[in-house]
Amino acid sequence: MRVSKRATSAIALSAAAALVATGCSSGGSGENADSADGAIVVHGVQPENPLVPSNTTETGGGKIVDWLWTGLVEYPNDGGAPRNALAESINTTDSKVFTIKIKSGTKFHDGTEVKAKNFVDAWNWAAYSPNGAQNGTFFADIEGFDKTYTTDPDGPDKPQKAPAPTADKLSGLKVIDDQTFEVTLAAPTAVFPTKLGYSAFMPLPDVFFTMKPEEFGRKPIANGPVKFVSWEDNALIKLTRFDDYNLRDKMKVKDVDVKLYQDDNAAYADLLANNLDFMEVVPTSALAGDKWKTDLGDRGRSTVTPTTAFIAFPIYDKRFANAKLRRAVSLSVNRQEISEKIFFGTRKPADSWANPLTPGAKPGNCTACKFDPTTAKQLLAEAGGFTGEMVFYYNSDSAHKDWMDAVAQQIKTNLGINARAEGVPTFAVFRQNVNAHKMTGPYRAAWQQDYPDVENWVNPLFVTNGSSNDGLYSNPEVDALAKQASAAPSLEASHEAFAKAVEKVDQDVPSIPVYFYGQQSGHSEKIKKLELNNVGEIDITSVEL
Amino acid sequence: MGRYLLRRLLQLVPVFIGTTFLIYWLVWAVPGDPFAGKCGERRCPDQYIAFMTEKYHLDQNVFVQYFTYMKNLLQGDFGQTFSQREISDIILTSYPNTLKLAVVALAIEAVIGLGAGVLTGLRRNGFLDNLVLVSTLFLIALPVFVVGFVLQWLLGVQWGIIKPTVSSEMRWSELIVPGFVLGSASVAYIARVARTSIAENRRADYVRTAIAKGLPMRRVVGVHLLRNSLIPVVTLLGTDLGALMGGAIVTEGIFSINGIGRQVFRAIITKESATVVGIVVVLVLVYLLMNLLVDLLYAALDPRIRYE
Repeated sequence: MRVSKRATSAIALSAAAALVATGCSSGGSGENADSADGAIVVHGVQPENPLVPSNTTETGGGKIVDWLWTGLVEYPNDGGAPRNALAESINTTDSKVFTIKIKSGTKFHDGTEVKAKNFVDAWNWAAYSPNGAQNGTFFADIEGFDKTYTTDPDGPDKPQKAPAPTADKLSGLKVIDDQTFEVTLAAPTAVFPTKLGYSAFMPLPDVFFTMKPEEFGRKPIANGPVKFVSWEDNALIKLTRFDDYNLRDKMKVKDVDVKLYQDDNAAYADLLANNLDFMEVVPTSALAGDKWKTDLGDRGRSTVTPTTAFIAFPIYDKRFANAKLRRAVSLSVNRQEISEKIFFGTRKPADSWANPLTPGAKPGNCTACKFDPTTAKQLLAEAGGFTGEMVFYYNSDSAHKDWMDAVAQQIKTNLGINARAEGVPTFAVFRQNVNAHKMTGPYRAAWQQDYPDVENWVNPLFVTNGSSNDGLYSNPEVDALAKQASAAPSLEASHEAFAKAVEKVDQDVPSIPVYFYGQQSGHSEKIKKLELNNVGEIDITSVEL
Repeated sequence: MGRYLLRRLLQLVPVFIGTTFLIYWLVWAVPGDPFAGKCGERRCPDQYIAFMTEKYHLDQNVFVQYFTYMKNLLQGDFGQTFSQREISDIILTSYPNTLKLAVVALAIEAVIGLGAGVLTGLRRNGFLDNLVLVSTLFLIALPVFVVGFVLQWLLGVQWGIIKPTVSSEMRWSELIVPGFVLGSASVAYIARVARTSIAENRRADYVRTAIAKGLPMRRVVGVHLLRNSLIPVVTLLGTDLGALMGGAIVTEGIFSINGIGRQVFRAIITKESATVVGIVVVLVLVYLLMNLLVDLLYAALDPRIRYE
C-alpha cells in the first residue's frame, strides 16, 4: 500500500527548490494563458470518507483536506521548523498550559469568521468517542480526554460495549475570547504545538455542528487557500481559489480539478499526453529501467519523503524474543544492494531509526543497519541459532514482493537460516493478523510521520502500548526515557532525551529499518513553476503557468 | 404471448432471491476484517470500529444481515457504503457510464461483426475471407488489456489522436476507442457466427427460389438471407450486453471510466456486501431482461416461432 496518510505532516523534503520547467510547447498556440485565470488538473484518488478533517486518515482525502484547510501552524516546504499560520501566538511557560491566540479577520469559505470557539468545538467533537472519529486519539494529550473518550474493555469484536463517556467536552479546553483559547494538557508535552498542523486539529465552521458530519463532508466548508466547488464520485473534485484568503499567498491559478483515477497507469498515460498537469507518484511500472526519466525528461522530478520501510518482529513469538537474533537478522540485510538492484536507487538504504528528514532525528544512529554478515553469524551462534523456517510476510496487493524476497534470500545466504517471503493477499487480512498479534514471522511495515518531530518516531512505535507498536516491544528503560523526553520543557531538551531512548532501542532491535522512501513525480508542459510540500504533495499555492 | 411474458417475469423472482443471497454470502465469506486496514499502519480506534459495526449490523449473523438488507431494499433503500455514501447514488452515477460504454461496444460489434460476416459468408475462401479469418483469430487471441494499452499508448500518447482517458462528461466520441477495445473479442465471434450462418443459408431452397424468381440480389440477401441468418447472431448480441457490462472492469480501468466494474472491485476488497449486491442485482436484471428480449425477437425474426 501507499502508506496511509495520517500524516500531513512531516517535515521537509529538500523540495522547496522551486522547479522551473521548460516553457510550454514551442508552438505559439496561444497557450500563454495567464496564471490568474488558469486551471490545472491534478491526480487524485476517490477519498474513502466524507471530507471531515478529524475523520480523514488516508491519502486520497487527506491531500484534499490539506489543501482546503489552514491550521494553527503549518509545516514549511523547505523542511524548517513548524511556523504559525492561523495562530498569532502559542505561548506556554511549562509545556502544560498553552494560550493560543489566533489571527483576527480570517474567514471560512462561507464567509463566517474563524474564531477560537471553532477550534474548541471541533476538537471536542472529535474527542467525543460516540462520534467515532478516526483521529479521535490525537486529542489524548488534552486534559479530560479520559472522560470524553472511552474504549471497549474487551475489544470491538466482543459483546461488551464501551461505557458511555461521562463528559462531552474536554475539560482542558477553554475559550477566553473570540481570538483566544487555552489548552491544558494532562501532562507536559513539548511537542504539542508541532502537532497542531496535523489535519485532526483543523477548525470547523459553526454550520458543521448543525448538520450530519457526512453531509458536511460531501460539501466541506474550510478556511484554506482553495475552496470546494463540487464532487462527482470517482470522477472529479472541483476546487477554486478562495479570494478572501489572507493568511499567506493566494493561489496563483484559479481552478484546480482533482481527477480521480482508479488506475495509476491511466493517469500516467494522461500525464505523458499532457492531459494531466501533476502526478505525485508515477506508477511502479514506470520506474523499471528508469523509464520515467526517458518518458518525462525535465518534466519529472525526484524527491525524498519522510517515510521509512521497516521489517517488524513479532516479539510476542518466543522465537524472536532474543535481541541478538534480531540484530543478527538486521546485520545480514544488504540495504545498499536492495536500494540499487530493486529500486534503481529511488529509495535510499536506511541508516537511522527516525527518518533523517525529521527535526530531532539523528542521522546514522542505527548501528544495527550496517551490513556485516560475519558479526551476524557470530550473534546468531550466541543466540543459539534459529530452528525452523523464518517466513517474512507482506501484503501482496501492493509492490512488496521483490524486496521482501530479496531480504529473505539474503538472510538465507548470510545466516544459513531457512528463510522465505510469503505474501498475504490483501492489506486488510495482513493488518488483521498484525493487529491481533498473530504473526508468526517478521513482517513489513512502513511509517510516515503524522507531524514533523522525532517524538512521532518513538512514542507510537517503540513505547509499551504505543499506537503502532504491533510487535509488542517493551523496554522499561525506553518507556522511562521517552516519557521524560515527551515532558521536557523545550523541544531541544526533548530531542536530546529522545536520542537517548533511541540508543536503547538500537540495542534491542525491535524492528529493522530497511529503506527511506523516495518519490518520483511528473508534471505537464504548461506548468512553469511548482513546489512540493514537506510530504511530497503538490503545494497548490505555488503553481504558476 | 401475454401468459408467456408473465411466466417469464415470475421466473425472475426466485432467480433474483437466489443470486442476491449467494452474492451476499460470498462477499461476507471473503476473509479479512473490513476495518483492519482502514487506518493504515495503526489500529482503528475501538470506538470507530464499534460505531461502524453497530451501524452496519456487522455483529449479526449473515442471515440476519441479509434479511435486514433485503427488507430495506424492497423499500427502495439500497443502504450506505462504509464511507457513508448512499449506494443508490453510486448505482445511479456508475451504471449509465457502463451502459453507455457497453452500448457503444455493442454497436461496434454489430456493425463491424455483421458487415464482415455477411461479406465473407457470401464470398467464401476469397482473399477477404482469409483476411477476416486471420484478423479475427488475432483479436480473439489478444487479451483485452493488451488491446487497451496498445491503443491507448499508440493513439493517445504517441499520435495524440485521442485523449488517453475518458473525461467525466463521457462524450460519445470519447467512447469509440474504449468501446472497440471492450467489444474487440466479441466482434470476432460475431463475424464468425454470421459468416457460417450466411454461408449455410446461402444454399437453402428459399434462397434459390428467391433468385429464380428474379429478385434483385440486394433483396435476396437483405430480406431473405439475412433475416433468417440473424437468429444466432441476435442471441450472441443479446447475451453479450450483460457480459460486456459485467466484463468492462478492465477497460474501465485502462481508460479511467467511472463504471460499475471499479465499484464492485472496491466493494469486494472492502467487504461491503451491500454495495456488491446492489450493483449485481441490477446486472442480474439486465441479464434476465436481455434474455427475455432475445427470446421475443426470435418470434419477430422467424415466423415459425410462436409463444403461447
